[in-house]
Amino acid sequence: MSDISLHVGFRPWPALKERPPCCEPHEFIRTENLSIYYREKPALENVTLPVNTGCITALVGPSGCGKTSFLMCLNRLTDLIPGSRVAGSVRIGTDDVLQAQTDVIALRRRIGMIFQKPNPFPLSTWKNMEFPLREHGVRDRVEIAETVEKTLRDVGLWNEAKDRLHAPALALSGGQQQRLCIARALALNPEALLMDEPCSALDPISSGVVEDLITSLRQRYTVLIVTHNLAQARRIADHVALFWVQNGAGQLIEYGPAKDIFEAPREALTAAYISGMRG
Amino acid sequence: MAEVLSRPAKSDWVPTLLVWMAVILVTTVFVWLISDIVRHGLTQLSWEFLTTAPQDAGRAGGIAPILVSTLLILGVCMAVSIPLGIGTALLLAEFTSVESIFGRLVRRSLDVLAGTPSIVFGLFGLAFFSKTLGLGFSILSGGLTLACMVLPILIRATEEGFRAVPPDYRLSAAALGLSRTTTILHLLLPAAAPGLIVGLVLGIGRALAETAALIFTSGYVDRMPESLLDSGRALSIHIFDLSMNVAGGDANAYGSALVLLVLLIVINGTAVWLSEHWLHRKIIPL
Amino acid sequence: MSRSRTDIVLVWSLRGCAALAGAIVLLIVVFLVLESLPALQHVGLARFFTDASWQPSEGLYNLTPMLWGTLFAMAGAVLVATPLGVLSAMFCHYYAAPVVARFYRRLIELLAGIPSVVYGLWGLVVLVPLIGSLHPPGPSLLAGIAILTIMILPTIALMADAALANVPAHYLRGASALGLSRWATIRGVVFPAAKSGLFTGVILETGRAIGETMAVLMVCGNVVQTPANVFEPIRTLTANIALEMAYALGDHRAALFVSGLVLMAVIVVLVAGAERISKGRVYG
Repeated sequence: MSDISLHVGFRPWPALKERPPCCEPHEFIRTENLSIYYREKPALENVTLPVNTGCITALVGPSGCGKTSFLMCLNRLTDLIPGSRVAGSVRIGTDDVLQAQTDVIALRRRIGMIFQKPNPFPLSTWKNMEFPLREHGVRDRVEIAETVEKTLRDVGLWNEAKDRLHAPALALSGGQQQRLCIARALALNPEALLMDEPCSALDPISSGVVEDLITSLRQRYTVLIVTHNLAQARRIADHVALFWVQNGAGQLIEYGPAKDIFEAPREALTAAYISGMRG
Repeated sequence: MAEVLSRPAKSDWVPTLLVWMAVILVTTVFVWLISDIVRHGLTQLSWEFLTTAPQDAGRAGGIAPILVSTLLILGVCMAVSIPLGIGTALLLAEFTSVESIFGRLVRRSLDVLAGTPSIVFGLFGLAFFSKTLGLGFSILSGGLTLACMVLPILIRATEEGFRAVPPDYRLSAAALGLSRTTTILHLLLPAAAPGLIVGLVLGIGRALAETAALIFTSGYVDRMPESLLDSGRALSIHIFDLSMNVAGGDANAYGSALVLLVLLIVINGTAVWLSEHWLHRKIIPL
Repeated sequence: MSRSRTDIVLVWSLRGCAALAGAIVLLIVVFLVLESLPALQHVGLARFFTDASWQPSEGLYNLTPMLWGTLFAMAGAVLVATPLGVLSAMFCHYYAAPVVARFYRRLIELLAGIPSVVYGLWGLVVLVPLIGSLHPPGPSLLAGIAILTIMILPTIALMADAALANVPAHYLRGASALGLSRWATIRGVVFPAAKSGLFTGVILETGRAIGETMAVLMVCGNVVQTPANVFEPIRTLTANIALEMAYALGDHRAALFVSGLVLMAVIVVLVAGAERISKGRVYG
């Protein structure tokens, strides 16, 4: 892996003890007064949210309160939506990524994204993994092969897929496809992963497998996961942020460690949502 | 689909009769037409017909130089319209939003272009390519004129091909930090290939069938062309000339017509086969 | 980063392509106008409709007989081809077994691809003598209408087919559930739903009928006169250009370009109308 660190933006994984254990507040991402407007209609207003390194932060709340839009701001995917405008600041590490001079391509390598519907490219499993690696400068075939195997093992797909690496990825099952998408993002050695309801399009068993995978990512990556499933949030999240629509736009109601949110929420709305009385 | 509607009621006999009468009429006329062409053209078809030059103003001999000219004109047409067409379709599908003024202007002008009569293209080709650009009566002039005609067809089909690619691919490619250029070259173009092929075939079909646009631009000369600046006679013009201007030319006109039809059927069939073959491989619905 | 620079280069070259493609129509209009100017200046627009007849050698440039010829041929063809095309589409969707419908559709697609010269050839050799034996001379408005009908029929049928396919299935199920007969459903539910698609197809093919050159040239007889009945020969505007361009000079040549301009104007109006009806892209 010696050459990877030469490629701009790639950072080698620090040894586990170097990473701050979760629960120590060590911010990696911080948004300040983040607002998103689609054709001047606000989707999200004044969200100030810190995200800690190595932790799994769950974004919960009913549909339409801007959770997905929030995610898309973090890797500047909002640039692709016509008529969208983002205000406020998003700090990742030491950089404000909303600035015009941000290298968006390098940003999207640091921050990977997994979508609700698994969407591998219409290529073979191997090519799905190799293609982004090549694009980001990894050319050596041995290195690529090593990275592919390592990452597929990491997501638990190696044994299932190693005999079908050159078969179309779309022939894999839904759960396998989603794990492939995760592997594809992990192969680029990101620092954070944004996941938009990664399990909601999967059957319960695949869902469980993917959930276990996400849990295994704790401490190695910073994970933000949007989920409707409160039970899932309870199982895997270290921190929880509740979003709700108020005054016509999505607002951040409360955030904090999972223990606090589920057992001793500060806001009445949070208590009501958690107990199932609202939403 | 027929099962979705109820059986025709007793009082429905009038429309039912009309429908069947229309279909029988249409089928009869078309079978009559095609069998006529095949019957008369088959007698002329032979290896000599395809490989020798016309003699006696085309009453005798074959159509070899005509085939060559036709291919050259087609070649020029495609060489110009394919890159221009794909580029424009890409811009319209991937880089312009629905309200963009530039996009709307381009689309409007392409719609008008698509409806423009072929004789008007002929006039334009004569005034612009032959006269102003000094190309005279030449294969180049004819090919360029045809390129203008074929462009809207190509663009429309290619654009449909791009729009058929699900938006998820673009989003996940962007999320992986791939540049637009890479996404387009390696993901979208291969995925849109069936649409491209369809557009190509429709365009070639239109170009092969064209006569009026070529009369004033590529000329009537039925000798083997030596260069793109030579005048050359296309297959469709040969059919026209033999049937209208040459007494006794009907036989060879039928032969040429049959060759033209076979060419078109082969091209069409290849495209259908190609796009089905590719469709199975590339676009697997999730 | 070199990658975003590639993107910028790409976008600008694509814009260039599109600008070029979009400019072609402008170029056409410009050159038509340039070449028409001598006639418009020396002859003046009014004379194109008021001169004694079309005799360029004597400086007479009345386009009206040709305009009537084009109009009658087009109207006749559209009036016959539209019902036949719509009935064919109805057949494929509602009256035929799937196998038969598929075969018929293939037939229509095949016919949509036949070049106009081939239609003209058949018309000249088979149809014209047939009409001539009924009522001389043979080459006539009727032959023109017949050939044009056969030419625009397949496309009208295919467009109607697509319009009918776009009618949502739940409309039909709802109608069946209400106990409506087949024809009542078609008349009351399908046609209103498919209206805009059908109209668009008809308007576009009207444009095609107006612009058709070769086939009408081969079967209409090419006599410059306003026809008194369908058996008389006529000359359309398009055939006029094709016939006389080869030897026209000076004002005569410019006059032919003027008729080209007239054709172009008619097409623009038709396309704009079709766009308004389909509210958006016409060929989409």
